[in-house]
Amino acid sequence: MSTIVRLPNQQDATLPKRSYLNSEYGLKSWLLTGDHKRIAILYLISITFFFFLGGAFAGLIRLELLTPMPDLVASDTYNKLFTMHGIIMVFLFLVPSVPATIGNFVLPIMVGARDLAFPKVNLLSWYLYIVAGIFTVSALVLGGVDTGWTFTTPLSTHYLNTHVITAAMGVFIAGFSSIFTGLNFIVTTHRMRAPGMTWFRLPLFVWSHYAASLLMVLGTPVLAITLVLVALERAFGIGVFDPTKGGDPLLFQHLFWFYSHPAVYIMILPGMGVISEVISTFSRKRVFGYTAVAFSSVAIAVFGFFVWAHHMFIMGVSNYSALVFSLLTMLVAVPSAIKIFNWAATLYKGSITFETPMLYAFGFMGLFTIGGLTGVFLGSLGMDIHLTETYFIVAHFHFVMVGGMLMAYLAGVHFWWPKMTGRMYPESLSRLAAVTTFIGFILTFFPQFVLGYLGMPRRYHAYPPEFQVLNVLSTAGATVLGIGYLMPMIYMTWSLKYGAIAGSNPWQATGLEWQIQSPPPTENFKEIPVVDYEAYDYEWLANKTQHEVTTVG
Amino acid sequence: MSHPTLEDAHAEPHIVGPKTYGLILLALLCLTALTTGIAYINLGVFSPIVAIGIAVIKMTLVILFFMHVKYSSRLVMLTVAAGFFTFLVLITMTLSDYISRAWGLW
Amino acid sequence: MDSQTVAARHQDEIAHHEGEHPYYLRHHFETVEQQKEAVSFGMWLFLLTEIMFFGGLFMAYLLYRNWYYDAFVSASNTLGIGLGTTNTAVLIVSSFTMAMGVYCSEMRNRRGLMLSLAATILLGLVFLGIKTIEYHDKYTEHHIPGANFSIEDFVHPADKRDTALAPDMAQHAQIFFFLYFAMTGMHALHMVIGISILFGLLYQASKGAYTNGHTSIIDNFGLYWHFVDIVWIFLFPLLYLISRHPLH
Repeated sequence: MSTIVRLPNQQDATLPKRSYLNSEYGLKSWLLTGDHKRIAILYLISITFFFFLGGAFAGLIRLELLTPMPDLVASDTYNKLFTMHGIIMVFLFLVPSVPATIGNFVLPIMVGARDLAFPKVNLLSWYLYIVAGIFTVSALVLGGVDTGWTFTTPLSTHYLNTHVITAAMGVFIAGFSSIFTGLNFIVTTHRMRAPGMTWFRLPLFVWSHYAASLLMVLGTPVLAITLVLVALERAFGIGVFDPTKGGDPLLFQHLFWFYSHPAVYIMILPGMGVISEVISTFSRKRVFGYTAVAFSSVAIAVFGFFVWAHHMFIMGVSNYSALVFSLLTMLVAVPSAIKIFNWAATLYKGSITFETPMLYAFGFMGLFTIGGLTGVFLGSLGMDIHLTETYFIVAHFHFVMVGGMLMAYLAGVHFWWPKMTGRMYPESLSRLAAVTTFIGFILTFFPQFVLGYLGMPRRYHAYPPEFQVLNVLSTAGATVLGIGYLMPMIYMTWSLKYGAIAGSNPWQATGLEWQIQSPPPTENFKEIPVVDYEAYDYEWLANKTQHEVTTVG
Repeated sequence: MSHPTLEDAHAEPHIVGPKTYGLILLALLCLTALTTGIAYINLGVFSPIVAIGIAVIKMTLVILFFMHVKYSSRLVMLTVAAGFFTFLVLITMTLSDYISRAWGLW
Repeated sequence: MDSQTVAARHQDEIAHHEGEHPYYLRHHFETVEQQKEAVSFGMWLFLLTEIMFFGGLFMAYLLYRNWYYDAFVSASNTLGIGLGTTNTAVLIVSSFTMAMGVYCSEMRNRRGLMLSLAATILLGLVFLGIKTIEYHDKYTEHHIPGANFSIEDFVHPADKRDTALAPDMAQHAQIFFFLYFAMTGMHALHMVIGISILFGLLYQASKGAYTNGHTSIIDNFGLYWHFVDIVWIFLFPLLYLISRHPLH
């Protein structure tokens, strides 16, 4: 199988003498750093921890669902399991995954800056994330929360004795972590681009993160105030969401989903940015329709604010309102589809190779398409009446979030791993892990579409016996999936010591981050570059490499 | 660069002086007295409209002059507009649900 | 070129170089102007998050005012309009003094800046003081929602011109008061944070920190303070002026 990987001669290659990793030593130099690259590594470690914690809960859920009877855990405990799984995976993993790890690391370099606009705010973001994690783990240790990650009222405000306020505060704080990251990205993209780096020369990764950052800054505060209101309602029983006192529980849902729908775009847009970079690099071709992809990112962000009530179709919103939101939901699918078409067109007549990031990208394209299409099914009122609150929904969002976003995250981690660490991961093992993940994913979540269509409700741990076969398939898949996720943990860690030396541009990719050493020096650039070429300009890159070779001789 | 970007329209190095601030202060205080006084007059359905209208005028004065947006880059103006737009989306689209509930089923 | 000219040139170069790289220019920015604009833009984005944060409360207010208009009118009339108008004026003047502080910072007027900041602090404290009096009044009148609440004033109003409410509508007055305390309380929290920062700024200003060309911090704090003022500009008519008695 052909490959585009070009590594330096391993006999005499070494890591650069001075990089961001060894510029300073000691715990304090990491915990008090302003360097966006170090903060990205801090995030990488913490996010991985929470991913496996959330994954453990998923494992327990699937274990319970092996049998139709509620025999593994009590009902309340099962509620706590899926709640913690949701809260951790959404707020402590998916939302910060690509932006805080990969975005923090490469975005400043991609625009040609020495750091993000506000390094101290960046560090604060990470500390807020850690505090949020502590609150969430506290809620877990103190006995758990069982409201579902959606904190729906009046269940969360009146009918439960669990640690809702602790968990809500954890999410509140995580929200501010997200806001500050987004704020940093927006200011950096607007104000710190290198000379010649116009908006339309930026890598599409930056456009995606810019769009996601808009959502973070504008949407997350509404979640914050909503959680404050839930906490006040629980603590003082005021009645803002209590029907017996004249309040409206649906007000909570309006405010909650006003954020939580844009939140799903906060989660997926950075992943789409990764896919743009990976598909371009591994088909040696500029992304087809750059402008369309760039604007579709912003369009997703803007339209994403107009569709939230499609989570509330059966909750009591007016029919006219439901109609309008259903129509708008159809519209929001269009920019996402534009991206898929453009990536497919990028592949067409490209020089495709199948390194691991590309395998994950292919997985993304297929699985996200399925997930997205099922989202359109759910957006139509008539279908949603029957499919909502069933496993169809569960399958839909796991296809887009796990089959889509998580695959994109893994693609990104593998793609930029050489840049971040200076070392290559073992390619054959990683390909095996990618394929394992793909197979495990389909086995886990495709049966859930069928289950949902047949009527199995979500968030139930007992089900009619005729659904057992599909559930067993799903749990078997989950086991395979778990193995597929554990493998990168192991071989990535291995590669830190024993991986091949990567050199500055093992993928022969365009983009400013590949023009500097791996790992980069703390200040990123000796001199701020002046950019006079377009994004994904492979001819420029070929010229430059040729020129370098001839001058060395 | 082929065409001016948002960032090109940098803030004019314009220092707003005490006289302008004083005038705006006077205007704001007068508008405050006005809004309090008007509350005693029965304007029916227009009462809240007038009250919000006066508040919007006061807010505009504070934003343009105290917060210097009149002399700021286009980017800042766009940012303020984006904030209002998102706020209005929250209010109007949520209210559209509540208002149309009273219209009954189809 | 004689030595004097060379020396003068050299001094110019040093002054120019220091002018280009003052102590407050961070290493990741190329110029002072870039830093200034970036920090200002960052503050504006933060204010956007504040708009959306308060937005949720305004949404709740709009809904329940629509549903329980009579209870909102009666409840709003129990708020002291004199104190409310005074507080509005106090906050507007404090916005003026803050703007003057920005002017003094730009004009490198240390004493002026200190006076402006001190005046802003004072006015802010007056505002909070009046708010405390108002909250205390609500407590003594049994208008705090929850166990303490009494519907007496609404079912049997003391003033004959007030409309009496039915008991269940009178209960909904609690929602008004909850929103009153939540919105003014959130606003007051922002004031407390602002005043605390102002003390810090006053101290730094006394040491000459913001009158040496580094006006960013005062500028951007001013933006925050004006935003808090704007929130009150809307809270005042929405909470205090729903429908006062006609004058005849």
